[in-house]
Amino acid sequence: MSTRAKRPIPIKSSKISGAEIIYRSLEREGVKYIFGHPGAILLTLLDLFLKRSQIRHILTRHEQCAAHMAEGYARASGTVGVCLVTSGPGATNLITGITDAYMDSIPIVCLTGQVSTAMVGNDAFQEADIVGMTRTVTKHSYLVKKTDDLPRVLQEAFYIARTGRPGPVLVDLPKDVILGEAAFEVPEEPDIRGYKPTTRGHPRQIERVAAAIAEAKQPILYVGGGAIHAEAHAELLKLAETADIPVTFTLLGAGSFPSAHELSLGMLGMHGTAYANYAVCECDLLLAVGARFDDRVTGKVSEFATRAKVVHIDIDPTAIGKNKQADIPVVGDARLVLHELNKLVKAQKRPLWRKRVEKLKADFPLLFDSQSSPIKPQEAILTLSQEAGDRAIITTEVGQHQMWAAQYYNFTFPRQFISSGGLGTMGFGFPAAIGAALARPEKLAIDIAGDGSFQMVMQELATAMQYGVPVKVFLLNNYSLGMVRQWQDLFMDRRFSEVGLEVSPDYVELRPAIRKMIETPGPFILDVVVDPDELVFPMVPAGAATKDMIVRDDRKRALSGKLSALPDN
Amino acid sequence: MSPEEKNGGPSHTIAVLVENKFGVLAKVASLFSARGYNIDSLSVGVTQDPTVSRITLVTRGDERVLEQIRKQLSKLIDTIKVMDMVKEETVQREMMLVKVSAPRRERAEILQIVEVFRARIVDLSAETLTIEITGDDGKIAAFLELLAPFGVKEIARTGKAALSRGPRTLKSVKS
Repeated sequence: MSTRAKRPIPIKSSKISGAEIIYRSLEREGVKYIFGHPGAILLTLLDLFLKRSQIRHILTRHEQCAAHMAEGYARASGTVGVCLVTSGPGATNLITGITDAYMDSIPIVCLTGQVSTAMVGNDAFQEADIVGMTRTVTKHSYLVKKTDDLPRVLQEAFYIARTGRPGPVLVDLPKDVILGEAAFEVPEEPDIRGYKPTTRGHPRQIERVAAAIAEAKQPILYVGGGAIHAEAHAELLKLAETADIPVTFTLLGAGSFPSAHELSLGMLGMHGTAYANYAVCECDLLLAVGARFDDRVTGKVSEFATRAKVVHIDIDPTAIGKNKQADIPVVGDARLVLHELNKLVKAQKRPLWRKRVEKLKADFPLLFDSQSSPIKPQEAILTLSQEAGDRAIITTEVGQHQMWAAQYYNFTFPRQFISSGGLGTMGFGFPAAIGAALARPEKLAIDIAGDGSFQMVMQELATAMQYGVPVKVFLLNNYSLGMVRQWQDLFMDRRFSEVGLEVSPDYVELRPAIRKMIETPGPFILDVVVDPDELVFPMVPAGAATKDMIVRDDRKRALSGKLSALPDN
Repeated sequence: MSPEEKNGGPSHTIAVLVENKFGVLAKVASLFSARGYNIDSLSVGVTQDPTVSRITLVTRGDERVLEQIRKQLSKLIDTIKVMDMVKEETVQREMMLVKVSAPRRERAEILQIVEVFRARIVDLSAETLTIEITGDDGKIAAFLELLAPFGVKEIARTGKAALSRGPRTLKSVKS
């Protein structure tokens, strides 16, 4: 390695305050918004937001939402989201958001205030060992002990968050470090000897993948969030069309491939389409791209895609072989790997396989009974999709409405669908929509929400109003915690315990109301009262094999058969 | 994967070069507890490069678990290098201090064992002997077994240290 790259390039040699270093570091990283909640430790830093205007501070009503807004911003823009909170409870309130970002590989940098280095460990007022608490849910974390270290640490934090498999990085900032002074000197690029992510796939492995595609009779592409992080959508489309390979995506992969494309099978997994799950059961080559064989996708993993040779393309070596052994592992960035692969893959047609897949689609379509009152949630989402279409960025909370959104919304571009996948955080969607609305002002940010989730975070309505963020809440209100209610319906003999959220509904005419929501400037809540007895189907009961999914709403069968036993989780 | 599956299997020694920085050992330990892996023994010390520490840990699992452990360790930002220390290709040693009951009439016998094992007496009292022994797993286990009838009162073990045989070294450059 040349010595030139390592030599620090002084940007300004005279000493400046820690707060100033933080502000300039954020500027240098191109940060436009920072989502935060203040505290006494941050005073000198907060003061800079009054004096300067390059970075806009959005004052949230709860720190958890600051993290989710940063996530929404990152997921919608593909850049690093930033949040800033004070020590102690400010920091601990972030933990759910940090964990959410960790599970879904979202690049955020969390700046937390900390008591002075001399006080650390003394159980001081508003002290919490946030680095210790978040050790297993951050990609990396720092407790900065000297102001001199600040420029390097902040540069590394952003670099680590956005490169490799992205993820949250936490920087804990003691008060004396913020108040202290140091020179603002950083190298052109960070050089971290323990962190050199592999981005280019091994050529020999890529050749093997190309050969496997040429040989396969019944291949399937199984695409996850990694394809979106890597901006691999164009290469993915090219591969699927060139080699005539049907595509199914995970919840986080929605948007990586156009939902309405003739090769699209929609989402797979627990609430995926029956035809996607059956096609995976029948495939002889499974090409996993930026996906991690999560239990909500595979069901009983020993019975998942048993006939298939497995290709696993992922930037994170630990994702490969963790849940399912790969026959051809390829470590690398999804876009770069697919780009190389596309050079080797020859055009091919698979009329028999395509015909088989079309038959599965025809035999097991997504189904619901249309009715006007109460409104069916699926109908509501279909209508929203028709009205808002590709103008919208959709975020969701967690539960039934989330699954219906993934099933019924017609996604046309990457980063159009923003949802909490791995952690399944209720209350994610509304603050994420605020972040997304700021990241993509030309789009319409719509949170498809459930009434249970929305009530966890609705204080952020004040934030949306204060900053005039035109975020829409499309509330599918079934007066209950619908997904838990669904499990009680199917597995607990309809004993509905602690899932009722009794509120008085206002009936609305659906389509005119959606139009009004879209046309009205500023924040808007559309309260759509939907049928609480509607369940999400298909459904693979937890721990069951995907081939044993409940395809249609047949509750009697579910209760009388082997599925009446309560699943593991 | 059940905890039994994770924690069963043969024992393996892994050497890890890490940044010699505050909190790094906690990151390694957190990784093991969060993912349900066992640590049978652990030793840490600074290397010839003062910015680098070497962790030698002994864990158990089948090949799949071990592969995950190696990958997960490599994934830590502060990890510089991870290497499997295969028994046949490495020198592995552990040091143990043993305090054993040693009334006068039994001392000669204990001293004989100490001599055969090339251990050393490092402390002596009217009722006890404290012995220092260095060796691999087998030697230390055999030594303890022979001392057991005399009454082992206390032991302290350092955890294993291991180096590759021959000229091969673990360089602090990530592969």
